Amino acid sequence: MKIDRRNFLKSLSAIGASGIIGSSEKIFASEDFRGYPDRLGMLTDLTLCVGCRYCEKACKEAHGLPPHKRPLEDESVFEEIRRPDDEFLTVVNRFTDTDNSEGPVYRKVQCNHCDEPSCVSACLVGALKKTQEGAVIYNEDVCIGCRYCMVACPFYIPAYEFNDPLSPAVKKCDFCYDRIKDGGIPACAEICPVEAITFGKKSQLIKLARERIRKSPEKYIDHIYGEHEVGGTSWMYISGVPFEQLGFDINLERKPYPELTIEFLSAVPLAMIIGPALLAGIRAFTKNREQNSETNAEKSEQKES
Amino acid sequence: MNEMNNKGAKSFLIEKLFIGMSIRKYIKTLITPINIAAGVLILITIIFILIRYIKGIGSLGEASNDTPWGSLIGFNVLSVEALAAGGYTICTAVYVFRMKRFYPFVRAAILSAFIGYFTVVVALLIDLGRPWRLPYPVFYSFGVTSVMFLVGWLVCLYLLTQFLEFSPAILEWLNMKRLRNWVEKFAIGLTILGIVLAVLHQSALGGLFLIAPDKLHPLWYSPFLPVFFFISSIASGISMVILMSGLSIRFFKDKLDHHFKANLRELTISLGKAASVVLFTYFGLKIMGIAHGHNWNLLNTPYGYWFLVEIFVFVLFPCFLFLLGVRKKSVSLIRFTSIITIIGIIINRINVTIITFNWKLNERSYPNWKELLISFTIIVAAVLAFRWIVNRMPVLREHPDYKYID
Repeated sequence: MKIDRRNFLKSLSAIGASGIIGSSEKIFASEDFRGYPDRLGMLTDLTLCVGCRYCEKACKEAHGLPPHKRPLEDESVFEEIRRPDDEFLTVVNRFTDTDNSEGPVYRKVQCNHCDEPSCVSACLVGALKKTQEGAVIYNEDVCIGCRYCMVACPFYIPAYEFNDPLSPAVKKCDFCYDRIKDGGIPACAEICPVEAITFGKKSQLIKLARERIRKSPEKYIDHIYGEHEVGGTSWMYISGVPFEQLGFDINLERKPYPELTIEFLSAVPLAMIIGPALLAGIRAFTKNREQNSETNAEKSEQKES
Repeated sequence: MNEMNNKGAKSFLIEKLFIGMSIRKYIKTLITPINIAAGVLILITIIFILIRYIKGIGSLGEASNDTPWGSLIGFNVLSVEALAAGGYTICTAVYVFRMKRFYPFVRAAILSAFIGYFTVVVALLIDLGRPWRLPYPVFYSFGVTSVMFLVGWLVCLYLLTQFLEFSPAILEWLNMKRLRNWVEKFAIGLTILGIVLAVLHQSALGGLFLIAPDKLHPLWYSPFLPVFFFISSIASGISMVILMSGLSIRFFKDKLDHHFKANLRELTISLGKAASVVLFTYFGLKIMGIAHGHNWNLLNTPYGYWFLVEIFVFVLFPCFLFLLGVRKKSVSLIRFTSIITIIGIIINRINVTIITFNWKLNERSYPNWKELLISFTIIVAAVLAFRWIVNRMPVLREHPDYKYID
């Protein structure tokens, strides 16, 4: 392995930040990481989604979550805008007030599996992890339940099992990691009857999305949501109406969010070393001055006497 | 021989724990209206805490997917840690800048920091989903890229240093002279370590929110959050020392010595002056924060009005009141102002963690009285612990047998 000075200093500062605890893993700043080249992704084409919510059902079955209480055909569920929670890792919302004159637009919501996830960098025990395949997965066995991942996520995704006393866990879409690591397809993409969700390599999905937008520019907004937002996400969307009309936050920064804290964390080891030296120095200085003035006072007293 | 030991142990108990009274007499002195009220409050709270362990944190009702952190974090962790800043502020003044006249405040300030941080751990044990895993980030599983990881380590180390810094008082109380003098040798090193840890820790609490620029309201979010938290913690620490010394002179009359009483007036005025300067700096920083984020237009929104209340009523106003108090040499005005400042700091921490957090979400849960009750009771218990210790150990006074280092 080649270690240049930059990387060396970075790992050094990261180790320092950890309070010199000797983690055996190599630690590198997030900005060095450009993502695994063959990582997988999803493309949701919101012009195709019909709001059947089969994806919700398939997701529940794949993750062993309690089934829907009301039948899928019951449209009253669309009356409110929902967010994924501990029983629904994905939800479909309906938006009627959009530029689309032909009817409502449906949007599927789930974890977007950021290329450089805030939640992963925020987890103080490393319970969250971005895999080589692109999935952001969660390890219940070390989670302490501080819920800082919920604070950090720019998409409001992680949900917590607040009513479980013994083994409360964070619940979020895991990209059906158990399936995709063996070459399978995520449950929602597999079941979608209108092929609104396409599963594949992220690089190819971007090409596919561009192709669709190029072929029918009148049908699509010229934007792939998730290509650059928060440094890029594995899950991307194309849409026929402006994204903000579908509850997307379009003001997200384009840089990966872990970068927002890296500067602060890097300053910590520096402060740990300079701080004590500086304080001890000031103390020595004031003490010295004090003694000088004391001896001066003594001298002047002697003179007077 | 055995009998003598027994006798010795008994008299030791009576001497140390019951402050020289017989058990019966001691229990009698405990029965006061305030103690009974506090006891009932604590009992009720324990019931709710038990329910929380049986039914999960959801039974407290405040934290939810919309408000991941409730008052147990917003108040009992973030606010209390700011209020515990008195420890490092006074230690810096006395041991680094060698303003020896503040020495009478040192032990009370350290004790308040220790108890404050201890209650933080208590709050975490109630609020964490799996509290039995609290030691994981320190001993078992490390997420080194997390600011929370840093916070966890700093709380752990700082709690330890505060205990060691306070231990001479405990050892003096127990007449363990040799150990006390041995520990005292490390005092300066520990103090300096404590200051560095506290400064980092206060900034790291602000740093926690750096990762959520879209979720915290822009008037409160700033890349300078660590600096905001650090500077405001100084104001809060000074205010706490002003308030605590004022309360001590009233409630612990017989527990403090002439060192404490003699210069209290002048010291309070000096602290008021310092607090005024720090608050002014903090006000300037907050204004710079708006300018840096180009957020002037947001001031004319409901959140903006609330922000203006925070920085004018609870930062600039006490800043001038402190100044007025110093000018008029009015100790009571300075003490009153310290209360406003403390309330302001609590409001700021709660704004950042709860009120303006997730401001883009429409429907948000309201504070639940059960969680607020637990939050409040923890503070009551902390005050009782402070009183218990001050009544026994040399905190507000010097122990006649020991030479105090400088």
